[in-house]
Amino acid sequence: MTLRTKLLATTSAVLIATTGALYADGHATHPETGEVLASDQSFTYRDLDESPSIDPGMAEDSAGGDIVRDLFEGLYNQDASGSLAPGVALSHTVSDDNLTYTFTLRDNAKWSNGDTVTAGDFEYAWKRAASPELASPYSWFLEIMALENASEVIAGDLDPSELGVTAIDDTTLEVRLSQPLPYFPLMLTHYTTFPVPQATIEEHGTDWTKPGNMVSNGAYVLTEHVPQERLVRERNEMYWDNENTIIEKVTSLVINDENVALTRYLAGELDRTHVPAGQFPRLSAEFPDQAVSVPEACSYYYMFNLRDGASEDVQDVNVRRALSLAVDRDIIVENVLAGGQKPAYTFTHWATAGFETPDIPKASMTQAERNEMAVELMTEAGYGPDNPLEIDLVYNTSDSHKSVAVAISQMWKQTLGVETVLANQEWQTFLEARNNGDFEVARGGWCADYNEASTFLDLMQSESGYNDSKFVNAEVDALMEEAKTSNNAQANYDRVEEIIAEEAPIIPIYHYASVYMYNENLEGWPFENFQQQWYSKDLYKIAE
Amino acid sequence: MLSFVVRRLAVAIPTLLILVILSFILMYAAPGGPFNSERPLPPEVLANIEAKYGLDQPFWKQIVNYVSGVVTSFDFGPSFQYKDRSVNDVIAQGFPVTLTYGFWSFVVAVTIGVSLGVAAAIKQNTWIDYFAVGISIGAQVLPNFVMAPILLLVFTLWLGWLPGGGWSGGQWQFLIMPVIALSTSYMASIARITRSSMLEVLNTNFIRTAQAKGLPMRRVIWRHAMKPTILPVLSYLGPAFVGMITGSVIIDVFFSTGGIGQFFVNSAFNRDYSVIMGITILVGTLTILFNLVVDILYAWIDPKIRY
Repeated sequence: MTLRTKLLATTSAVLIATTGALYADGHATHPETGEVLASDQSFTYRDLDESPSIDPGMAEDSAGGDIVRDLFEGLYNQDASGSLAPGVALSHTVSDDNLTYTFTLRDNAKWSNGDTVTAGDFEYAWKRAASPELASPYSWFLEIMALENASEVIAGDLDPSELGVTAIDDTTLEVRLSQPLPYFPLMLTHYTTFPVPQATIEEHGTDWTKPGNMVSNGAYVLTEHVPQERLVRERNEMYWDNENTIIEKVTSLVINDENVALTRYLAGELDRTHVPAGQFPRLSAEFPDQAVSVPEACSYYYMFNLRDGASEDVQDVNVRRALSLAVDRDIIVENVLAGGQKPAYTFTHWATAGFETPDIPKASMTQAERNEMAVELMTEAGYGPDNPLEIDLVYNTSDSHKSVAVAISQMWKQTLGVETVLANQEWQTFLEARNNGDFEVARGGWCADYNEASTFLDLMQSESGYNDSKFVNAEVDALMEEAKTSNNAQANYDRVEEIIAEEAPIIPIYHYASVYMYNENLEGWPFENFQQQWYSKDLYKIAE
Repeated sequence: MLSFVVRRLAVAIPTLLILVILSFILMYAAPGGPFNSERPLPPEVLANIEAKYGLDQPFWKQIVNYVSGVVTSFDFGPSFQYKDRSVNDVIAQGFPVTLTYGFWSFVVAVTIGVSLGVAAAIKQNTWIDYFAVGISIGAQVLPNFVMAPILLLVFTLWLGWLPGGGWSGGQWQFLIMPVIALSTSYMASIARITRSSMLEVLNTNFIRTAQAKGLPMRRVIWRHAMKPTILPVLSYLGPAFVGMITGSVIIDVFFSTGGIGQFFVNSAFNRDYSVIMGITILVGTLTILFNLVVDILYAWIDPKIRY
């Protein structure tokens, strides 16, 4: 090697090293994966609608929940797989009778104004959420948590101070339940249980959720909020784990129309948006790295009206079973919806934690076998070509509900000769009709409140306020009651699902999946999290 | 004239009151309520909420409370849907937005619409006429819910010139597409009304007289034909102006402006009673006000009209 080449080589080596160092310096790397991070760490996503509230005690929709989880932090968070991760609480102990939980809180959790987050903040928040004075639309969540005296406090029979939550000292919170609840800690990742800043609320009243007023303890603070347009939150310097937060700024844009949202995503204005109905096959072919379908914790079903005095036709179990069998769910999910949904033969969503889908006989048949059986049942019930069944099916106005209803009415017509009269109703009218039992067959959708099968199957209890079929079955009631305190309730759930299949008070049709477009540089999204509880603090963007 | 204005304003008060009561009754007659959802609330929770918003009181008392709140303290109550906000908040945030894009749409629609209409009438049956009529028919058959996505596709996705939506305090980039989408069909109507009105006026005796005494055409049009032409246009513009500044749900939905049109329609779906009422009163008041303005302008333009 001559001096000249040597010099050249050294110079270029030095150059490469310096630029490399400069590059790495200007572009930080992810502490765990070592990926080079993008210089712009802002995350912008689409929301369908303005959320009713971003006050943890008042919030009531999942999009509002996404925002609240960024702004506030409860006792626990969910990790990417949906398991518990420490939040303000570090750990907890449970008493022998499984009725008293004692949580140990971290001492370095801070509000955005620098105050320490204490157990007293949780006590205040829970009592506030239960108080008739606040009249929170989600106060019932405290009831299903089996919190001691929750129902009485909500009903106004007891003072909120009687609620089963006490701050022993600043870092110790005691919670008393009225009955053991094996999945209780999981429910603490829900926004209704998040702490709220008492001093701020007392100072500003309902205006405390406005930017400038709001004090919060999550990884982000609220900096801008224009209802029906945008909500911006930025890094909270006071957050105890602030040094591990990578995304600097999160913006949610309200875009009502999903096609407009897709256009804006494709124009690079958004990092995440919903895939409009029916477009998933095209988009996943065109953008395989961006179009993603993940299970969503909801079930889609049709319910029969089983009230006394309702239409006689559907009181016959054979008719109900025949109608259920004749629905070709594969066609619905593959051809009508085409968004990664799964055919449903059980009410409980297949991806629910700890739930193994039981063997429902009709699930393993071919559609031809199901149709054959349906025709037999229908004949047995006394219907046939000379005496066709006529049935009214009602659903709330929506293109996708309509497509499903039209497809199913055609299946019923072709297989069983059933004449279906379809009717769509505006949402509120529909809810009232369904609640009052003014229907024969109606569409239903149910989403999990927590990740456990009872969140679905509780609907089948005779006394459940959500049981719009008014299905009454003593065995189901007993099984569900027993499941509440059982450590392994799978056998109970299997049997309830079998009863649903045999009695057919409802026709499970499909299990939801949500289909989204994600910026391919956005990393850390918890696709495995069944309830899709994501936290902006866990996300990051890699350099292109 | 002054006594006319006073009389009209005095009539406006009972008119508004009737509007309030009728809307109240219709609203309550609609099935459902603000707190119904797929997941019905437990009775004890619902009872608390109804007590908080006064829905547990008798119907007449709710109307009385509402009207007295509005009259005495200009308080339109809390929104039932957006629980962190009052109706005053909703209007204070949404109305300036629609006022801004509505005003500019009005300016654009009137300027272009009147010019096209006049040009078409003066040059009747020439290519200018066909061109103007063609444009206005084209604009008329392209409703804003077709215009809006086309604009988005062209200017945002293909050309990348304009942001696809949002408001950002009303910066001009965010205004262009809403204004175009909102103004086109109004522009078309204005052009057609102006054209037929102008044609009618041009065939009247006084115009023929003006031409016969040798006045140049330009002077005939501006001095003599314009005023009578504008009268029918004006009676269209009053309600149109109110329509534009109180927003369009289509514009708000497609361009995510955060304007009031979207709140109005959503409030009907959500049975957000107080927001329905607040915006109904706002739109009702503006309609009465601008009809009065139009009547005054009539008298000013047409000496034959005296009140």
